[in-house]
Order: sequence, then structure tokens, then C-alpha cells
Amino acid sequence: MFKKLTIAAAAALTLSFGAGSAMAAEGGHVTDYQFPFEGPFGKYDQAQLQRGLQVYTEICSVCHGLELVPFRTLADPGGPSLSDAAMREYTAQFEIYDPELEDYRPAKPVDHFPAGTYPGAPDLSVIAKARAGFHGPSGLGLNQFFRGIGGPEYIASYLTGFSEETKEEAGTIYYANDVFPGGWSAMPPQFYGDDVVYADGTEATPVQQAKDVSAFLMWTAEPKMMARKQAGFVSVIFLTVLTVLLYLTNKRLWAPYKKKKEI
Amino acid sequence: MSGIPHDHYEPKTGSEKWLHRRLPIVGLIYDTIMIPTPKNLNWMWIWGIVLFFALMLQIVTGIVLAMHYTPHVDMAFQSVEHIMRNVNGGHFLRYLHSNGGSLFFVAVYLHIFRGLYYGSYKTPREVTWIIGILIYLAMMATAFMGYVLPWGQMSFWGATVITGLFGAIPWVGEPIQTWLLGGPAVGNATLNRFFSLHYLVPFVILGLSIVHVWAFHTTGNNNPTGVEVRRGSKEEVKRDTLPFWPYFVIKDLFALGIVMIVFFAIVGFMPNYLGHPDNYIPANPMVTPTHIVPEWYFLPFYAILRAFDGEVWAVMLTDWLTLGVVDAKFFGVLAMFGSIIVLALTPWLDTSTVRSGRYRPMFKWAFWGLVVDFFVLMWAGAMPAEGIYTTVALIGSAYWFAYFLLILPALGALEKPLPQPETIEEDFNAHYGGKPKAGSAQTSPAE
Repeated sequence: MFKKLTIAAAAALTLSFGAGSAMAAEGGHVTDYQFPFEGPFGKYDQAQLQRGLQVYTEICSVCHGLELVPFRTLADPGGPSLSDAAMREYTAQFEIYDPELEDYRPAKPVDHFPAGTYPGAPDLSVIAKARAGFHGPSGLGLNQFFRGIGGPEYIASYLTGFSEETKEEAGTIYYANDVFPGGWSAMPPQFYGDDVVYADGTEATPVQQAKDVSAFLMWTAEPKMMARKQAGFVSVIFLTVLTVLLYLTNKRLWAPYKKKKEI
Repeated sequence: MSGIPHDHYEPKTGSEKWLHRRLPIVGLIYDTIMIPTPKNLNWMWIWGIVLFFALMLQIVTGIVLAMHYTPHVDMAFQSVEHIMRNVNGGHFLRYLHSNGGSLFFVAVYLHIFRGLYYGSYKTPREVTWIIGILIYLAMMATAFMGYVLPWGQMSFWGATVITGLFGAIPWVGEPIQTWLLGGPAVGNATLNRFFSLHYLVPFVILGLSIVHVWAFHTTGNNNPTGVEVRRGSKEEVKRDTLPFWPYFVIKDLFALGIVMIVFFAIVGFMPNYLGHPDNYIPANPMVTPTHIVPEWYFLPFYAILRAFDGEVWAVMLTDWLTLGVVDAKFFGVLAMFGSIIVLALTPWLDTSTVRSGRYRPMFKWAFWGLVVDFFVLMWAGAMPAEGIYTTVALIGSAYWFAYFLLILPALGALEKPLPQPETIEEDFNAHYGGKPKAGSAQTSPAE
């Protein structure tokens, strides 16, 4: 009797939540790009994160910021994993305003990425978790288990979703984008192909660049994802063993009182 | 402590006797965990231990999170990200805590609906039921205030909408709202007091839970038949019951293990599944989100709140009759609080003398209708308040009130209950055959 209720509860819980998040993103179609970090076994691709860092640095950081991300984490395991020297060299190219000096100085590893410079350009630190692309099947959102919430897919789709069309409203130019909610984005298209030159020789197509920077932004939003999945695995395996032992204990404990019905 | 006769703790050694004369705490613990428990309890009687675990999980993870969190509008969002990035294991602790809230509510809803089906609220367990409702209200307050702490967009706008409910009260509403918020709008004062109360109320829940357990240890557990344990002698009791330890502790821990596997899989592999993406956008009083949606566990009541808009005739009539004092907004607030009040009054609204829904053929239909209604309302609460959704929410709300105010009182007179087993032992043996090896006489033949 109540097994039904439990199943129904689980189903409806997912149903209602899925419906809730379905309302959140009313943009157009989000392409399901494949990322290596999807699913319980997914891992960040270090080379992809480094390419994404390059795209971010050369293109996005002109307007946007990553205020919540410390430079030192670029060298952390489970991320772009730059060498210590490479991380310090990267950091040194930024100038940070130091309120104690009342002046700008070269950034140190403990500093965070600078804030965005362009008014209205959102900070990108956790943007990959602030956008949801996936709600299926039928609004349940359950496929998030295998594909993630769809944040990076949304970003990549958005970055490649521009058409040629523009319009002007109150002195601002808007660019048609069929993924962005409302259809008109204040940000112009950024990728035309070969906008960066990848050190590892990967061809810098618009889609490739969009995917790389989206993967990088997933890492800035969830830098401990690999540690989390690892902890999840250990917990699930440990609990499974414990539960089997408890099942056997329980069965043995009750055996004198319970006999099969057919007796 | 229990009204069911059973063996009590006897101090044996000198030091045990010494302590027992001064503080009978060992006896209290012994009597609590050795309480005779109906041996026919099914798998729906495991949610109590899941709830106890959830409360402990929330308190322990919450205390650690509070060590690293800063309740200030300029720093709250950053301090949560600090926990996610710099605190050792902080990312896992935070996800345990945020998903722990959902675990808590999944368990409490199953626990409440189990009580509704098996008539656990009926005499003599009304006090247990009322305390349970108080715990549920305290849980909702705690969860709501906790959701505000990360200071994302949904935190801010959720707080604005929910505290706005108090503003709908005629005449005194606005001063009350200002007093609750500590200012004219949700701001730093609001965040500070919510943090303080979010830390306090769980300990109130802990206290209420102890009283909840005390109350049902006094009356004895209900069970799937609703038939009381025979209390004539200890021998009789032993035929209907087994001690809580070890029989039910091990059983409940096994069930908890299964729940934990699912829970840790969600925390490890999809921790943001039950959250709202907008809460990763820092709170901004200047930008209202397209749809303000509360956490999933509030959605059924949120649907009831929004169902009664100014176009419902009952609302228009009330508005006219009360000369505009009870307007559509206040009507919605009354309906939402009313939906919990009727739940609290169930022991007095249900007129049937039969306790368990298992022997109530008509009640079963009404009960499963209520379960479906709960999910329909949850779905309607997640949708925007427009078009077909408000109609669905209105029908759902009507059934919710009809169940408690019309169906339950009427069924007592209309329904012809099925025969119930004489004893718990009879029910147990009907499921598990044969007679127990030890300490039981021949079972009476079934009717």
C-alpha cells in the first residue's frame, strides 16, 4: 500500500521541482553539448579547462569578472592544474587595486580575479550554476543525474546562438540570440573562429571555443566537483555494505518470529 | 513511562543503585529504548528514525557551517562561496545541509501521511499529533529562514513574498511586517535575525521531538491494524509486542541505510537538483526574478495561497460581506494557514470509530485522493499563477479543505467498516504464518 505512496512521492517530488526549474529558463533551445565532466563518473578535462582559461582571459575578461575565484586555485588538483610557476606567471599579468596601498599592484596568488569592468556584464564565477538548461524527461529534471543541470550547455548554446540581426533601443544595441531569454542580448557575438590561438593546436572553431570556456566556467562555479563525486562514491559504497549487513542482521533477528506464509 | 506493562530497569551493582537513587537516568533510557512495540509495524513506521537522523545531520552540519558563514548582506553570498571553495570539506558539508532539508521534508510528509492513513491521530494520541504539527510548523519556519541565508535572488525575493503575507493582515499587518523584517524592506536586519532564529529553532524542534516521543510512549505506538496492544498482563503484552531494542532499532537502521544511499547519491552526484538556479545569482533588490518559486516542500501551500484571487466568487463574497477587510490577498493568507489548521484538527474532524484506514473502504478512496491532491497542488505551486494553473490550484485547494471539513466528518456516519482483527498477534500471524517459537499460546482462529 505505502510502497505506492513512497514511489509516488519520489516521482511527484521530481515532477514539481522539475516544473519549477523549467520556469526559470525561458530561453530557446539549449544544445546538449557533450562534456567530459557529466554523470557520476565524469571528470574535468585538464586540457579543456586550460583552453577555456585562455578564451576567458583573452576575450571574456575584457568585460566580465570572476570575483569569487582566487588565482591560486588555478594550480589546485581537479581543475586546470597549472604548475605553480605557470599559475604565478599567469597571476602576475593582472593588476589589483590594494586599498592599503591606495594604489594598484601586481596580483598575488591569494588575490581573486578582478571584477568585471563593463557595467551590466555579470560576474561569471558561478554563472554555470545560475543557468539551467535541462529539465527532462517531461520536466522531471531527473536526467540531471547523467547530464548535469545544463549550465555549461546553456552558456555554450548562448555563445553560439547569435544571428546577424541587431536592433537599437534607447541608445543600446541589442543582438538577436535564440537561446537568451527574450531573444535579444546586450552582448555582441564573440566567436567567429580563430579568435584565440590554442597552444595545444586544437582548431579554434566557434563551437570549440564556446565549449572550452563553458567547461572552464563550470570549474569556476564548482571547483570541488571531482572531490564531491569521489566523496559521493565512497559514501554510497560504504552505505551499501552497511545496509546489506543490517539487512542480514535484521533478517536473522526476526527469523524466530516470522515464518513463511505457506507454512 | 509507558502505559503498557513491561519489565523495568532494576539497578544491580552498588554503583548503579547509588546513581539510581540520586538520578534514575539509566532507568529512563532503558524504559525508553525497551518500550514494547507492536510487532506488526510495517515499513511506513521507519520515518521517525529517518527524521531523528535528519535533525541530527542538520544540527551537526549547521553548527560547522555557522562557523564559516557571515550574516551580512555584503558578505553572505561570498561567505557561502568561501565555504564551497576554501573550507576543508565545506562543499560537501553545505550540500549535505541544503539537501538535508529536503530529506527532512520527504520524511516528514511520509510520516504525516502514514499517520493520516492509519489514524495515528485518533484518541488517545491527539497530543502526539498536535505536537507533531507544531514540529512541522517549526520545521517550515527553520527551512524558510535557512533558505534566505545564502542571500541569492530566491533567498531575497522568497523572504520578500513570505513576509509580505503578514502585511496582508488588516490594520496591524504593515507594522507587524516591519517589526518582523527589522525595517521597511528585507535587509541586513532581516538577514541577521533570520540567522539567529535559524540557529535557535532547531533546538526547539529537538525539545518538541522529545515531548512527541514521550507522548506516544505514554499511549503506546499505533500500528497498521489500529487495534490496541492487550494490556491485561505482561504475558499478553509479549504476544502483541517486541521490545524496541533490538528488533525495531535494527529494522529502522536498515531502512535508514537505504534512504541514506539515495540521499548520498543525490548529494554526491546531483546536489543542485532540488535547488533553484537563481539562488546562485547574488540578491538584488532592483531586479525581480521572472518567477518567484519557493522550495519544493512549500509548493502545495504556496498553491493554496495563490489559488484564491479576486475572481473567485467566495473571495468576492467575503470581500463584500466584510466591507473589504478580508480582501483577496488576506483571504489567500487565511486559506494557507487554514490548510494547516484543519490538518491539526484532524483528531476531532474524523468521526469514525475505526482507527486504521485498512478497514475503511470509503475512506481509502478519499485518502488516496488527498495524496494525489497534495502532488497536484505541488505541481500547481511550481507553475506561474495564471490561466489553467490557478483553476487547478483552486480545485486542489477545495479538495484539501473538503477532505478535512466534509469527508472525514461525514464518513463516520456513511461508511460501513470491514471487520478488524481481534489482536495484533492475529494480524502478525496472518502475515507471517505459524506461531512464534517462544512465549506464545495458540492463536485464536480468524473470524
